[in-house]
Amino acid sequence: MNLYANNLTYKLDNEFHLNDISFNFKKGNLYTILGRTLSGKTTLLKTIAGLINPDSGEIQFEEKEFSKIPVWDRNVAMVYQQFINYPHLTVYENVSFPLKQRKLDKEKIKNDVDEALKTVGLIGFENRKIQELSGGQQQRVALARSLAKKAKILLLDEPLVNLDYKLREQLREEFKRIFSRGFAEDTILIYSTTDPQEVMELNGEVMVLDEGKVLQTGPAKEIFENPKNLKVAEISNDPPMNIINGTKINEKINVETININLPNHLSKLENKNYCFGIRASEIKLSNKGEEFEVELAEISGSETLLHLKRGKTKIIALIEEVMNFKIHEKVKIEFNSNKFYVFGDDGKLISSPYGENNG
Amino acid sequence: MYKLYTFLKYSFVTLWTMFVVAPFLWALSTSFKDFQSVNSKVTYIPWIDYQPSLEGWKVLIKSPAKGGVDIVEPYFNSIFVTCTASLISIILGTLAAYALSRFTFKAGFVKNNDITFFFISQRIMPPIVLSIPFFIFLSTIGLLDSLIGLVVVYIVLLMPIAVWIMVDFFNRVPKELDETALIDGCNPYQAFYKVVLPNSIPGLIVAGMFCIIFGWIDFFFAFILTFTEVQLLPVKVVALNSSVTPWWSLSASALVSVAPLIIVAFIVERYLSKGNLSGALK
Repeated sequence: MNLYANNLTYKLDNEFHLNDISFNFKKGNLYTILGRTLSGKTTLLKTIAGLINPDSGEIQFEEKEFSKIPVWDRNVAMVYQQFINYPHLTVYENVSFPLKQRKLDKEKIKNDVDEALKTVGLIGFENRKIQELSGGQQQRVALARSLAKKAKILLLDEPLVNLDYKLREQLREEFKRIFSRGFAEDTILIYSTTDPQEVMELNGEVMVLDEGKVLQTGPAKEIFENPKNLKVAEISNDPPMNIINGTKINEKINVETININLPNHLSKLENKNYCFGIRASEIKLSNKGEEFEVELAEISGSETLLHLKRGKTKIIALIEEVMNFKIHEKVKIEFNSNKFYVFGDDGKLISSPYGENNG
Repeated sequence: MYKLYTFLKYSFVTLWTMFVVAPFLWALSTSFKDFQSVNSKVTYIPWIDYQPSLEGWKVLIKSPAKGGVDIVEPYFNSIFVTCTASLISIILGTLAAYALSRFTFKAGFVKNNDITFFFISQRIMPPIVLSIPFFIFLSTIGLLDSLIGLVVVYIVLLMPIAVWIMVDFFNRVPKELDETALIDGCNPYQAFYKVVLPNSIPGLIVAGMFCIIFGWIDFFFAFILTFTEVQLLPVKVVALNSSVTPWWSLSASALVSVAPLIIVAFIVERYLSKGNLSGALK
């Protein structure tokens, strides 16, 4: 009773949108697809919905060949990143549209619509026109429509990306609440996003996608702790993980004339050149640290993103308070070397601070 | 500076309005005059300058035998031909435009844009180029000098307008709207008439308005393709001769022939002022 795909490939204008994608999604689970824009997330969701026919590969649902079933008979629901509703209908008519399409009886439709509107917190808005709602409310209507349908597969394509910061936070919390409520045992929920934080918070099974290819699959925690390679480390962190070229020499790591004491988890490493990965949040300002030059300082909310440079090495540090820096100012920073990742020349993970590498 | 600008703007609008409206007022005034009021001295205002009479209007519905011009039949002919041709053009044009906007066609080097251009190019061509082919075509199928023949020809003239306006309109309707309808259980036909069409009413109104205007004002084909059996209003009105038909009747006939367009303009203007023409879809 799974959604199963094998070697899905889709090409448009000689460019791979899906490149040999296989997966096996189980009912009752939440799957997140993480990837940058144009990585093929939307194409994959549309393929599952049936809006795109893959060039090759098979896709099965409940042991039935899915590609032979037209979109309108597939019993899937989808929420787009644009707020797509039927502008000529009221909120109630919008949510009841897929149910009416199935010719359910009026009582049942009313119950299901009320329940869905209650879940998304839009009770009392039934007779409003879509244009009279804010962006967040419009997206709630779209969500309610897909919930009311009680589809077997629920696809959410970057549903929060077009909302402003505050609303995004708020709706993300509600998503967590809606999905965690044992949402439905026989529903497969697939959620695509560019935001690693969303992936971590939703805490489902993650599929990291880049240029139409699956880079890594696994639970959110696993992706966070053991990114298989540099690409995954980059995609699954915001700001992207800092990658520093360095050399391991006995008990030291040498980076741009700085010597860093070798952390315990790297003691077995061969003496060689490596790419060291460190998250922006593991870099701290410290008087004992090494000197870097400030290239740019961005203040966002209660944090400061510090773009730093020393020689050829550029890094980003996340300072958890609002501070003012001058450009070209020298600051001293310290790396939390216990959180060093090590990647080889081929970009593959060699060692992770979270236990022995699995890559 | 701003005040000067406003002053100039309103002065210009006022002058322009007078310029546009004056002939209508003059025709309206003349249509209620009788022989005396037109020929004796310059008169403008009814009841003060002259005594209004309905004589000019009565001539329009009197049969020629009784000294009238009888524009009633051509009037209804024109309404029939314009409305039928516009309706069919809108239906066919909308379907064609939807297909051109949503599906990809390829036949050799011919693609969607080429097909759209083919439709529009029908209007780029001077109408006189089409007159002989149309004449031969209609005479071959025996529809010369008939209402149906005129409807056929007018569809050829009006459908490009409908296609042109509706392709542009559908291109601005997000494709995701159709896709959502499909996902929500509509087959492609239901998606079209349950979701896309109700959201295209503004476009349909604009296209319909243009079709009616261009259909109604056509003189050329109505003149060439009809003889004695059927006559359309523009041909009838142009054929009126001031040495036979008095000025007041000419004025009245001019007014009744523009009346439908004025009514259409008022209906559409109401719709425009509601702000519904573009707001529904972003």
